[in-house]
Amino acid sequence: MPQFLLELFSEEIPARMQKKAAEDLKKLLMDALSKAGFLPAGIETFSAPRRLVAVVEGLPERTADVREERKGPRTDAPTQAIEGFLRGAGLSDISQARVVNDPKKGDFYVADLVKPGRATPDALAEIVPDIIRNFPWPKSMRWGEGSLRWVRPLHRILAVFDGQIVPFEVDGIAATNISEGHRFHGTGPFEVKDFDDYEAKLTAAHVVLDRDERKARIKADAITLCQARNLELIEDEGLLEEVCGLVDEPHVIMGDMDKAFLDLPPEVIRLTLRVNQKYFVVRDPATGGLAPHFIIVSNVKARDGGQKIAAGNARVLAARLNDARYFWDLDRKASLESRVPKLDTLVFHEKLGSVGDKVRRIAALAGEIAPLVGADVAIAQQAALLAKADLTTEMVGEFPELQGVMGRYYQLHEAVLRRATGEGDLAQQGGGGIAPSVGFADSSPASQGSTGLVANKIIADAIRDHYKPVGPSDQVPSEPVAMAVALADKLDTLTGFFAIGEKPTGSGDPFALRRAALGVIRIVRGANFCFSLNTLLRKPTARIDIALYNALTELKPALPKVEESRLSFLAQKAEDFQNFLNNPNNAGIDFKNSEYGKGLSSEEAGIVVSIWQTREAVVDFILERLRVALRDEGFAPDVLEAAFAIEDDDINRIVARVTALAGFLKTEDGTNLTAGIKRASNILAAEAKKGALPSELSLDPALCVLAEEQALQAALAEAQNALPDLVGQQDFDSAMRVLASLRAPVDAFFEAVLVNDPDPAKRLNRLALLTAFKHAASQVADFSKLAG
Amino acid sequence: MTQAIATSHPSYSTPCSRARDAGRVPSFQDIILTLSDYWARQGCVILQPYDTEVGAGTLHPATTLRALGPKPWRAAYVQPSRRPKDGRYGENPNRLGHYYQYQVILKPNPPNLQELYLNSLYEIGIDPSLHDIRFVEDDWENPTVGAWGLGWEIWCDGMEVSQFTYFQQVGGLDCKPVSGELTYGLERLAMYVQGVENVYDLDFNGQGVSYGEVFLENERQQSAFNFEESDPAMLKRWFEDAERMCAHLRGKNLALPAFDWALKCSHLFNLLDARGVVSPTERQSFIARVRDQAKGCAILWAETQGAAAEGVN
Repeated sequence: MPQFLLELFSEEIPARMQKKAAEDLKKLLMDALSKAGFLPAGIETFSAPRRLVAVVEGLPERTADVREERKGPRTDAPTQAIEGFLRGAGLSDISQARVVNDPKKGDFYVADLVKPGRATPDALAEIVPDIIRNFPWPKSMRWGEGSLRWVRPLHRILAVFDGQIVPFEVDGIAATNISEGHRFHGTGPFEVKDFDDYEAKLTAAHVVLDRDERKARIKADAITLCQARNLELIEDEGLLEEVCGLVDEPHVIMGDMDKAFLDLPPEVIRLTLRVNQKYFVVRDPATGGLAPHFIIVSNVKARDGGQKIAAGNARVLAARLNDARYFWDLDRKASLESRVPKLDTLVFHEKLGSVGDKVRRIAALAGEIAPLVGADVAIAQQAALLAKADLTTEMVGEFPELQGVMGRYYQLHEAVLRRATGEGDLAQQGGGGIAPSVGFADSSPASQGSTGLVANKIIADAIRDHYKPVGPSDQVPSEPVAMAVALADKLDTLTGFFAIGEKPTGSGDPFALRRAALGVIRIVRGANFCFSLNTLLRKPTARIDIALYNALTELKPALPKVEESRLSFLAQKAEDFQNFLNNPNNAGIDFKNSEYGKGLSSEEAGIVVSIWQTREAVVDFILERLRVALRDEGFAPDVLEAAFAIEDDDINRIVARVTALAGFLKTEDGTNLTAGIKRASNILAAEAKKGALPSELSLDPALCVLAEEQALQAALAEAQNALPDLVGQQDFDSAMRVLASLRAPVDAFFEAVLVNDPDPAKRLNRLALLTAFKHAASQVADFSKLAG
Repeated sequence: MTQAIATSHPSYSTPCSRARDAGRVPSFQDIILTLSDYWARQGCVILQPYDTEVGAGTLHPATTLRALGPKPWRAAYVQPSRRPKDGRYGENPNRLGHYYQYQVILKPNPPNLQELYLNSLYEIGIDPSLHDIRFVEDDWENPTVGAWGLGWEIWCDGMEVSQFTYFQQVGGLDCKPVSGELTYGLERLAMYVQGVENVYDLDFNGQGVSYGEVFLENERQQSAFNFEESDPAMLKRWFEDAERMCAHLRGKNLALPAFDWALKCSHLFNLLDARGVVSPTERQSFIARVRDQAKGCAILWAETQGAAAEGVN
């Protein structure tokens, strides 16, 4: 079957767009062809710097004829009706129609119409221009005097079907059978018959059409070059993707750099090579560190074997690395501490204050978290204050992706300096920017001689690691101080943005709040420590309340100015608001008129409620991310439903509950017990319908007359005794075993005991027994949410 | 086998080729003269630098304003760029507070603009069979004049030697037709051609005068002015005056002088910024003020251009 070949030849397409463009072209062609009634045997698309290419196999020469019967009027119909029928069916004489007899209608005319199929090129001539005009480039442009949009000027359209040019034009560009090769190595335009011919001629003209082949060649050649010099290529898929979009035919060259540059932090060298110059980085297996070489992928095969290209690139790299060295030397002249005050001039978010405000909040919150994770409070606070100071350095200005990494180096450098100069206390060195409220106690390890160096290393690592985890494959901080700062930073970000109404939506999460929530979850799970999220966000010293209030006044400028001390009081009141809500007697009462909100003005009551709502929303958001994460890990939705139905805001306790429950449900005891609980719930519900049951059913052991009743009652008593402690210790496996021990007595109970005893006292006592059983189980999970 | 590389090997003699024939590398001014000679042959008007301080050659009215409106236009010129903040007292081998750009605008862009550009490199003496020339995505945007375009930076052996842009909008208005704009960083290009590591070592004229002899003292003194001696209060005052004058002239439909005063605003802001006296919030507001003036001039000019195209010309 005939083949269709399409090439859209343009000026250089941005490397990052090529792969997606080829995928889009494939999809658009497939959709348009199927809509036109074609069933192509296959579509393959390709992308190279100057072209997008598609080859469609197995198209017919024309689409099939469509036959249609058109019913006409009765044979005895008026002349006008018959003439109208002839016109509509395109017949010249009524003799061209058949006469058909219908028992009811009598004789009437039928015309047999054949709508002939279309020649495939005609269909293509409609489909392709439409795809070109509406191609989904992320950014497109006009050029010259035309109005067509393409990613860069489109020069030529090659469209060949079955060896023939498909006749069409788009904004003055007529389809041809002409292509051309490499910009520098090619030998001018050439004619093309079909894909095999095309690919062969492209290869001869130094274009490797298949990007996977370009990638494979780059990789293989780079490895070969490295091996010849006993070096190792540091592989980099992202860079490979980009570089293979910058060359029609890759030529891999090794360049050399001055060894002296290896003094710079390896991250700086790698980023300079990779981001600024698009070189691959090379490792020396002998030292394990970077080697003073790099890999260039050139688009030309130079006459001199690439010597000039290597030398030119080495010079550019040297200039870049000299710049980096200049920043590195300059940045180290000022300590991170001395940079902290500058953070006040750096806007974090217009409604959430400066970065300086943020680090002060993080420091306070990190101080609260520190004891929970086993970190030294003073060190955690100091690390938090310094965590963002590298944002004011030249290096981070140049390479924002090095935030944290550079902070660590600069902090480590401080220690080296102190050791060299014999100066002692870090805190006393120009630490004017540090807020006195979180100053460094002399007893803290941060400020003492040799232990000071250890603390300094911890602080330095925390500065780097507090941004983590950045992505799903990134490591989670595991050192307590880093954990405290990382958690504080993320919780502050979440609270702040929720307070100003910047919650993520289905389509957008510009402040990466999902990532922040997931970061909190992963850190907490990794460390296996327990705390209530609510309690943490309620810590008065965390001063999130102040950020919240400031955010609130931004939203509602009419709100009064509130003193900070009064604000702390209001933040405390948010807890009272929770108690207010928990107390059923307050239904219908306004908070500020209740005993909880006594003495608050209505504005203040509004502030309290806003603070409370924000905390709730943040906790709910984190827990929802936890639920999604657990679902992605394979836990069944109903298991999650059952576990999350128990009110809890302790991440690790929730995870333990889910894990134990899922394990339990896989056992026979688990499934039977679930059935038992459901049966108990159903009986209770059915009995409640017959007439309201007393609100508190009391269980009287004396009324347990049957052996099975007594056995269940005894087992329940034991379980009720054991469960609270086990749940409290998060020992859900043991709790599940305790529940499992109820299975036999419950099964026996349902086997032998009739709940609906004629004696009302016995009936109520048995209902009380079932209720107690249901309650016991609900300490662990809400079994009624389980499927099946 | 390496294929022959398609290049123009001009039998035409240029200042660069004559330098090579004489056995020396092309000088800084050989490159400028060669570019001017080349672009003159492409029908460009060869202009001289605009006589007001600008931060980039694009801001010359011959580019920013002429990119608007329907009339064809081709021009090329050298433009000194003043970037007060980039001054380094002559101590950095790569950074300058004052440097040259070679600027070319072709409106509408001819379909073979890439080839025309490459030929200009060949005439300077960059041999594509020895060097790796690449078009690397780089979208250009200058919010100050409401302008943007798509194009590339041109890399030669890993070094950016030019910027290549198809103007899409200026002053927030569509460019119809589209102009092609080329900007050559002259010092970088010359350092590359001459194989020099320090800008001050560039051979300026091929007769013994170095770039340092021409400009080193200027960099030192201008840096001292930019960072130490400029008077922020005076600069702010002048900024406000310039802003007022620009608005006044726009009110009189005098787009060209108004644009001069918008350029002055822009340079005064750059001086203030270099002095480190602009807070982040002030910065935003200054930029917005410059943008409003410059954009207003571009729009006004487009309107009057439209009138010209209708026959007032």
